[in-house]
Amino acid sequence: MLVKVFERPKSMFPVTTHYCPGCGHGIIHRLLAEVIDELGIIERVAGIAPVGCSVLIYNYINCDMYEAAHGRAPAIATGCKRVHPDLIVFTYQGDGDLASIGTAEIIHAAARGENITVLFVNNAIYGMTGGQMAPTTIIGQKTTTSPNGRAPGREGYPVRVAEMLATLEGAAYIARVAVHKPKYIIAAKKALRKAFETQINGLGFSLVEFLSQCPTNWGMSPQKAVDWVEEKMIPCYPLGEFKTPETKKTVEEA
Amino acid sequence: MGEKVLISGNEAIAEAAVQAGCRFFFGYPITPQNKIPEYMSKRLPQVGGCFVQAESEIAAIYMVFGAAGAGARVMTSSSSPGISLKMEGISYIAGAELPCVIVNVMRGGPGLGGILPSQSDYFQATKGGGHGDYRLLVLAPSTVQEAVDLIMDAFDLADKYRNPVMVLADGYIGQMMEPVEFKKSPPPELPPKNWAITGAKGRPRNLIKTLYLNPVELEKHNLKLQQKYLEMAKNEVRVENYMTEDAEIIIAAYGTTARITKTAIKILREKGINAGLVRPITLFPFPYSTFKEIAEKVDNILVVEMNMGQMLEDVKIGVCGRAEIHFYGRTGGMVPSYDEIAVQAEKIVKEEAI
Ligand SMILES: Cc1ncc(C[n+]2csc(CCOP(=O)(O)OP(=O)(O)O)c2C)c(N)n1
Ligand code: SF4
Repeated sequence: MLVKVFERPKSMFPVTTHYCPGCGHGIIHRLLAEVIDELGIIERVAGIAPVGCSVLIYNYINCDMYEAAHGRAPAIATGCKRVHPDLIVFTYQGDGDLASIGTAEIIHAAARGENITVLFVNNAIYGMTGGQMAPTTIIGQKTTTSPNGRAPGREGYPVRVAEMLATLEGAAYIARVAVHKPKYIIAAKKALRKAFETQINGLGFSLVEFLSQCPTNWGMSPQKAVDWVEEKMIPCYPLGEFKTPETKKTVEEA
Repeated sequence: MGEKVLISGNEAIAEAAVQAGCRFFFGYPITPQNKIPEYMSKRLPQVGGCFVQAESEIAAIYMVFGAAGAGARVMTSSSSPGISLKMEGISYIAGAELPCVIVNVMRGGPGLGGILPSQSDYFQATKGGGHGDYRLLVLAPSTVQEAVDLIMDAFDLADKYRNPVMVLADGYIGQMMEPVEFKKSPPPELPPKNWAITGAKGRPRNLIKTLYLNPVELEKHNLKLQQKYLEMAKNEVRVENYMTEDAEIIIAAYGTTARITKTAIKILREKGINAGLVRPITLFPFPYSTFKEIAEKVDNILVVEMNMGQMLEDVKIGVCGRAEIHFYGRTGGMVPSYDEIAVQAEKIVKEEAI
């Protein structure tokens, strides 16, 4: 008897993506689709696409979707969720989108405890516009707008989104994961599932930060990019859960 | 006859929205419109709706985007500097063809300007403001009662055209108290919102977007939008002609200035000068043909605005050289008095006689 052990998640369209070889976005899309399938929620999901390389995520995930303006996805998610509290609402955002132009929107969505789930893709660079410095660019990293390498005296310091948001009472689940190796991918999927469960259980704001490869704009081969995540990114962006519903304390409880 | 209640313009606008079925409101504090969000924060929970004070006008307009896209009747309000911040979102809402109502209780500009009434956002409201080839349907009330009536219509118009509608008021109308009646007319037949984000259950998924990377498609999308604006121009023009039948001079004004002009006309007529008023109620679509017709009958048209001459340009297009056009404007929060307006009109008529 033949048993199918690997297939395309049902909530993914049967198409190939436009992402570069070795890009992290495709892996994260697949994890999203797998979690949606496993939770059986595809008919009540609303997604919000960002501006960035993943703007076309709606060509890959087969659910109701909005396409946001740059950085504004959490505000759109808020409007949608307030109208349809029963929908499972997620945003998918890059680091330029979320940690630069959209900082106000993400911080206040978290502070309000909006019951939404955010997939935050940190690739330490602006992918779509061709490799400019992002707020998450690490010290010493060369980009097209920090050609001599990011120097704190000139370009300041990287923004650690997960740690920052975990300080807010409205945030219920905050984790940072990576997708450059299978063992990390398995952990990433677990975290994403927890984030969605947090929303399904009505516990408040959840966010998973994915460290993600952008070989094209890092100027590396896909293999080199995998090593770079391990050697350079993880030391700057430690992995783990920064907040869980169990550790979450509201002001009243504290 | 319904019951009349004494109420400020801002609160009347908020209550009218609720009675028109608006259940979601997203805003950010700014004078002189604060009574609108304040009223909504109290009122919407009473009717099963929801109010959110956003972190900025930018966030507020995207919450509107989200709620409108989810199929709800939704409104936001602000005043001039806040409306400037909303402009990006308004362009996206227009591009995505989402219905919503945006209220601008105008104050003086540019920059932080002042907090007193102004009409200096006319260009921003009618000529774009945000990027791209889009139009808002723009309604300009000149009394609190009219603000109530237009807000109620605004929601139907937004749904009918799947387009954002702006109600362009000023600080004077927002803060003035007047007795008003809330008359709910039965809603017209409106198309179903089968495009809305509700979860793809038993139907193909819905997608709300503004990106068209293929220029052929983007042009097609723009042509479709233009078709809609042409429909508006054909069906939705509203204008009041006041004492224009026997007029020797026409004053063109909207909103608060039009209201003051009516008193100026009384003064002029007591002096034997037959003045009339053409008052655009829709600023887009603009009543160009009314001005074309009126210009055949009078030699002089005086445009009065609380700015340095913005609607003036549309009057010029309508009149197209058929009559002499004059302008009188006060700005920065200064409101023209009826005497000032009467003096200007009288001067024009007298000079003509020499
Ligand atoms: C208001 C606005 N500013 C700038 C841009 C141009 N822009 C498009 S994508 C992007 C950055 C995307 O980078 P990131 O969010 O890190 O996502 P990635 O492409 O790396 O996945 C920028 C600046 C835009 N579309 N809108
Ligand atoms: S530019 Fe970078 S982020 Fe964008 S698709 Fe290519 S690898 Fe992925």
